[in-house]
Amino acid sequence: MKTDVAIIGAGINGCAIAYELAKRGMDVAVFEKKWIASGDTGRCGAGIRQQWATEENAILAKKSVEIFEKLGEELNYDIGLRQGGYLVVIHSEEEMKQAKKNVEMQNRLGIPSRIIYEDEIKEIAPVLDLDGMEAIAATFCHTDGHANPFKTTYAYALAAKKLGAKIYKFTEVKGIKVKDNQIEGILTDKGEIKANFVVNAAGAWSGWVARMAGVELPNRPVRKEALVTEPIKRTFDCMVISFKHGIYFSQQEEGQILGGIPSPEEKTGYYFEPTFSFLKHMAFMLGKYAPQLKHIKILRQWTGFYDVTPDALPILGKTSIEGFIQCNGFSGHGFMISPMVAKLISQIICGEKTALPIDNFSIERFKGKIFKEKAVVG
Amino acid sequence: MKIVCRCEDITEEEIIRAIDEYDCETLDELKHILRLGMGHCQGRTCLIIAARILANKKGKRMEEIIPSFRPPDEPVEVGIVGKE
Repeated sequence: MKTDVAIIGAGINGCAIAYELAKRGMDVAVFEKKWIASGDTGRCGAGIRQQWATEENAILAKKSVEIFEKLGEELNYDIGLRQGGYLVVIHSEEEMKQAKKNVEMQNRLGIPSRIIYEDEIKEIAPVLDLDGMEAIAATFCHTDGHANPFKTTYAYALAAKKLGAKIYKFTEVKGIKVKDNQIEGILTDKGEIKANFVVNAAGAWSGWVARMAGVELPNRPVRKEALVTEPIKRTFDCMVISFKHGIYFSQQEEGQILGGIPSPEEKTGYYFEPTFSFLKHMAFMLGKYAPQLKHIKILRQWTGFYDVTPDALPILGKTSIEGFIQCNGFSGHGFMISPMVAKLISQIICGEKTALPIDNFSIERFKGKIFKEKAVVG
Repeated sequence: MKIVCRCEDITEEEIIRAIDEYDCETLDELKHILRLGMGHCQGRTCLIIAARILANKKGKRMEEIIPSFRPPDEPVEVGIVGKE
């Protein structure tokens, strides 16, 4: 078997890249160990946020929101997009200083974020308790929001298939063939596939995939937990997050509250069992942020992984091995920037000029001084 | 019309159509596409029925189709589990 591009991982990025490449007439195949969105994408918090502290993340997110807004129409599939905004809690004067800097940078890039105070916070989300949150203010961006990760990934996957892309589920990549520093193809448990390009979109497993080609990535998988409650009538529209507490929660399309917070217990390796300590801690903090929600029931909790780089920016583009393309290291925000990332990766593969400068996402950056993204939750 | 998942209001026809349209091999895929078993009862009734439909359609044995269960075992109030 032969293909122009072999993509490893059928998460949001793998499927979106397959679509973008198929649209450009490329011969493309996706290889997935389990099923579509079975890894990090299907376990994520579903949020779409443009309020970042680094310009790189903010631009990727803004460009992605512009695509998300038209994506349902383009792919002819309802992706469950809701733009109810993101409310980022400010807890102290020190955080206020950083928030002002962030908002100024975001506004300069055309992101309509602003600082809001008690009255407006209560107006936007009456469910919130400012004392319980220990909040003095918040930043808010009304074009932020969330989309359904399953629906969005399937939307891309089905559209890619219609354009001729192949998606092989339950097909595990066992090796990457390299000759004279050039990609030759991949080995899977179903056979060998020749390819000119291999895209590593394996999320929390990307470090392991890169090693098959002899490339070391600085990414490490970080275990995260989330929970979801029973659905209740529409109570608030925005995602609420705090960098200090690491908490995030929102009310999803069907009315359920979905959220997460860093787990008090550290577990190493790919440990998927949820913990009671997370459940307790998240429920306690949710009750503090929104006391009315104490009366609703938690239905489910689960574990997923962030694929974290030292600066919390993704690794995109070429490596020392010709044809081996990285699209990973999303550090907990891969879903929200995937529409723009998929375009950039496709442009790199097709030898086009990229729509945004991508040098800052190169794997080479770790050789010098890095600037860490601070605006991270979960 | 036969209702399979009462919490999320999903019929047998919808399950069969999803298996065909999305080439589903697992209950997890059906959950993600239809919200099957993601309601209040957490799939206690519907997942086993859906597993049988999937087994018949794909020529698999029931033992091959294992639903994934996620805690808590019973829905629990935020305020109870989150008590200080």
